[in-house]
Amino acid sequence: MTSDMIQQIISAVVAIAIALAAAVAYFWGTNWLLDQVLGTRGMSGDQVTRRDNIRSQIRPWLFLFPALLFLSVYLVYPVFETVRLSFTDKLGNYIGFANYFWAVGDSNFQQAVFNNILWLLVVPSLSTAFGLVIAVLADRLWWGTIAKSLVFMPMAISFVGASVIWKFVYDYRGEGQPQIGLLNAVVTGLGLPPQAWISLPLWNSFFLMVVLIWIQTGFAMVILSAALRGVPEETLEAARIDGANGFRIFFDIMIPQIWGTIVVVWTTITIVVLKVFDIIFAMTNGQWNTEVLANFMFKWMFVNFDYGRGSTIAVIIMIAVLPIMIWNIRRANAEEGTR
Amino acid sequence: MTAAVDTAARLAPARPLFKIDAGRIATHLALLFLVILWTVPTAGLLISSLRDKDQLTVSGWWTSLTTSQALDVTRLPGAETQVEKDGKWQITGNLFGEAGNKQVANWGNTSAKPAETVPGQSLPMPDGGTLTVQSDGSFVWASDTQFTFSRAPRVFYLAAIPPRFTLDNYGEVLSANGVARSFLNSFTVTIPATIIPILMAAFAAYALAWMRFPFRGLIVALIVGLLVVPLQMSLIPLLTMYNTIGKAFGLEDGKTYLGIWLAHTAFGLPLAIYLLRNYMAGLPKEIMESARIDGASHFQIFTGMVLPLSFPALASFSIFQFLWVWNDLLVAMVFLGAQENKLVLTGKLVSLLGSRGNNWEILTAGAFITMVVPLAVFFSLQRYFVRGLLAGSVK
Repeated sequence: MTSDMIQQIISAVVAIAIALAAAVAYFWGTNWLLDQVLGTRGMSGDQVTRRDNIRSQIRPWLFLFPALLFLSVYLVYPVFETVRLSFTDKLGNYIGFANYFWAVGDSNFQQAVFNNILWLLVVPSLSTAFGLVIAVLADRLWWGTIAKSLVFMPMAISFVGASVIWKFVYDYRGEGQPQIGLLNAVVTGLGLPPQAWISLPLWNSFFLMVVLIWIQTGFAMVILSAALRGVPEETLEAARIDGANGFRIFFDIMIPQIWGTIVVVWTTITIVVLKVFDIIFAMTNGQWNTEVLANFMFKWMFVNFDYGRGSTIAVIIMIAVLPIMIWNIRRANAEEGTR
Repeated sequence: MTAAVDTAARLAPARPLFKIDAGRIATHLALLFLVILWTVPTAGLLISSLRDKDQLTVSGWWTSLTTSQALDVTRLPGAETQVEKDGKWQITGNLFGEAGNKQVANWGNTSAKPAETVPGQSLPMPDGGTLTVQSDGSFVWASDTQFTFSRAPRVFYLAAIPPRFTLDNYGEVLSANGVARSFLNSFTVTIPATIIPILMAAFAAYALAWMRFPFRGLIVALIVGLLVVPLQMSLIPLLTMYNTIGKAFGLEDGKTYLGIWLAHTAFGLPLAIYLLRNYMAGLPKEIMESARIDGASHFQIFTGMVLPLSFPALASFSIFQFLWVWNDLLVAMVFLGAQENKLVLTGKLVSLLGSRGNNWEILTAGAFITMVVPLAVFFSLQRYFVRGLLAGSVK
């Protein structure tokens, strides 16, 4: 262990201590100060009520201030700044919509949009479908909990780790050599020639999607499994008495009752898909026509150092997220009304 | 009457019972198939990371319990090593260098017939005498006359390599490839980034759940909106800001641990506030109100009652944040950079993928090292993780 590493550990420990101390000092201190400055000791009833009111107007903002400060600096301000940058060129000069026109005409951008749409069509649907099927099957078997735990496990693995796992599955050796990748071993076992899956145009995008489906199915399964448990037993019982078979019960009774949850799961995975970066970056870096928007943005930002065009691509991702964001806010507001 | 119904109920479903069983078997098989599909890729990686690296490259991990065979060749020692024994001349040694766990399955002395002789048998050699190879690789080349060849002949053989599991790959990755350093870096990034947001979020969540003030609804809406804002929107402005601040402090760039802690803190806040607010809003109203009537202030209620009661939600968020920060690649690359001594594990793994893309013994062990900590956290605290997921989505 070098002194450099020890210093690093010490700085992390010190940072934690300082952060905790600062938080305690701030919250306790401002609260104490508020009670001192606007205290009510020795005052008449009227004044007490007025001061109590003022304090209860101020206190929420003291509680909220640090969080709001962080959110403003790190998330709200950058949104406006990125939008502004998207109208500038590499040197920061205002150029109107030129970056957007460039994007529309750029073949790599078109490729990225095309792939993102493919991802959006395939990944949320398949993850939700697999999650639902596994949830339904697992809830009926004694070893269902173990099964769910195993399917859920990829949620804990990083996208990069998952990319390595799957790259190993897709590994390719020339024909005649022993295949150490599982997929090619199966394919050659069936008497077909091995393929370099990662560089197989169009299909390779689907092989990358498999990685995200593999990760997100666990998420869909957990949420849908909880929703299924909320389906009233009487409705299932009634259907069974009416002679409905398993498939009818599943499609006509269960699905309609958990439809709201299915939509939530589907939209949540959609957002993940729109932002997906690590998998493409680690497995192909956009080669062989696998480019997606997030990776394309990273290239313009970090390879070409063109913050204008990078921002433009970010804004386009943001626009794609916007409908879901608005829908989420509406739902949250509706709920707030019922509380 | 009741007895009759009972009997009827017991007898009637006799045939359907079999049908149900068939259905159940199908259910078992379908789920088993899916579970295998989901676990096999990880299992393959783990098994491969524990295999001998020579075997890893020549055979699939699913064959790791069987003996693998490889055709090999060794040149015999020169004539100067011969010894005279009982009037005969001998050259001895071992094809594998020294006796180990490898076995000779078949052997031969010409490349045209590399493996047609079984161990224990002898072959006449062109340079005189006969060669006998045993299955452990040891050989005796004996002749009645002194050996005089100038260039030793080669022996061909089919070596059977029994399965061997080892931690060598891990040792290699940890010592030679800077993975150990990245492991430390990941911890350095993750732990403060998990702890710092908690108190901040908890106070904000309490205000949004239990205090009445103007614009409260607006702030809740803002936080719900920020939950899904793509990180990509923040990267460029923050990077510019960090570089400016870094320059002002005389650093060559803004890539510091402090910078990444604060960035992760901010990126985790919307989820933290949202989760905690949902949880706190669900705490019983009566307790709060009676405490208020007893004269407790909001500050006292929060620190004395709400914070301890919110432990499950705090735990859920901490696990989320820990896993998210540990597994993050993008934020680390942007705010900490790709310098060798600052790479976190995910960044290290990507750089290994680039530089050692075909060295699967390095990649499998490296990947598993990046996964060990999150998997341990996940399996030990799965309950809180699931609870947090449910609170964060089903609403």
